Amino acid sequence: MSDAAAVQSPWQTVRIVRIEKRTPRVTSFFFQLSRPFAYLAGQHVDVRLTAPDGYQARRSYSIASAPGDGGVIELAIEKLDDGEVSPFFHDVAAIGDEVELRGPLGGHFIWPDVDGGPVLLVGGGSGVVPLMAMVRHRARRNSSVPVALVFSARVWDEVIFRDELVALDDRKDGFDLVLTLTREAARRPADYSRRVDVAMMVQSMAHLPGPPDIAFVCGSNAFVSAAAQALIDAGVAAEIIRTERYGV
Amino acid sequence: MVTRGFSSGRRPPTDGDARIPPGQYLEQGFPVLSAGPTPRVRTEDWSFTLKQGPRPIKKWNWAEFNALPLTKMTRDIHCVTAWTKFDTPWQGVLIDDILADAGIEPPTAFTLAHSFDGYSTNVPTKDLTAGKAMVALLYEGKPITPDHGGPARLLVPHLYFWKSAKWLNGLQFTERDEPGFWELRGYHIYGDPWREQRYTNDP
Repeated sequence: MSDAAAVQSPWQTVRIVRIEKRTPRVTSFFFQLSRPFAYLAGQHVDVRLTAPDGYQARRSYSIASAPGDGGVIELAIEKLDDGEVSPFFHDVAAIGDEVELRGPLGGHFIWPDVDGGPVLLVGGGSGVVPLMAMVRHRARRNSSVPVALVFSARVWDEVIFRDELVALDDRKDGFDLVLTLTREAARRPADYSRRVDVAMMVQSMAHLPGPPDIAFVCGSNAFVSAAAQALIDAGVAAEIIRTERYGV
Repeated sequence: MVTRGFSSGRRPPTDGDARIPPGQYLEQGFPVLSAGPTPRVRTEDWSFTLKQGPRPIKKWNWAEFNALPLTKMTRDIHCVTAWTKFDTPWQGVLIDDILADAGIEPPTAFTLAHSFDGYSTNVPTKDLTAGKAMVALLYEGKPITPDHGGPARLLVPHLYFWKSAKWLNGLQFTERDEPGFWELRGYHIYGDPWREQRYTNDP
């Protein structure tokens, strides 16, 4: 598991080749790598910006695109009003701009292969991004591994990758999407409109043919704490739960 | 490479510059990061074991450990995810005092810290002694919350904060420098923030 992450990964210059607004607060930026690298679904990169006086700011962003997209990777960046890197991307960055990027990084929150499973994914807000790479990886490989994604967002219009996820769900090929909206009524019959809880986890796992052999939980600390505890209370062993927490 | 249109947003205060390692930014909050669910360790179930290789040297329960001398340590801490927090106030038991209570000198040059959730991290023994590190029991004068590693966490403030293992249950002296959890998963074997040793093979 450590091999891919142990490769040295120096800074490289990358160019923005496409920008796509995903939700009111989340925009995807597609970067052409100058030195393409192989990566695993769930890994992240560090991005570095440099001011004219030499001041540098760096942040980590999960990769949203599936491995195998050639030399282009997608980062879905949420605008944080008090941030210093995300406002640059949202308010300044344009196609053709160059920034520095280092990766791939991280050797724990990864889904190295599409064998095994079932797999349970639980994401809150922009915490869905590394899970999206896993879902896309599965789809690209035409994998039949059963995967359920429980995705919590405030409202329908803040469901990042919504159309793509719903389309994948409609394939009925073993990928199951469960949306839960915390500030709006559910739009689809099997969806919820509340915060994640034990009952939701039990019901979502019932979509899988058996208990998950691995679970990935990503989001804010408050979300991950609540979701991981709900999973444990639903009978999932702590040892198979991998978490990634964003920010404060 | 200067980034077009980027001018410092959250530039640190000038008088704080010297305290912020390269690539870090100043954080007022206290972000929580961990590889898995937060274990809820009850103090009645808690124990701390000092080992050399596979051999236990001494084991303390919660009451016994809390009877050891308490020391205050207020330090800046630096997380590899790029935040730095100034003046975090901890109280706990210096590693020196743990060794003294066990009646030993450091037996090997390397140490692995172990946690209740199976986490581990490696630290050279000399980075733990001479007042450099403690097993922290209190933060801001109160018991450390589970999110932040309570009941007890390692505090090695001069290294990136993943070295300050949460939910600590033991220290194991090892003959060789054996990589721990994150060190096996792409992170630096030593982790000095001032040399920006974030990832494997960073100089």
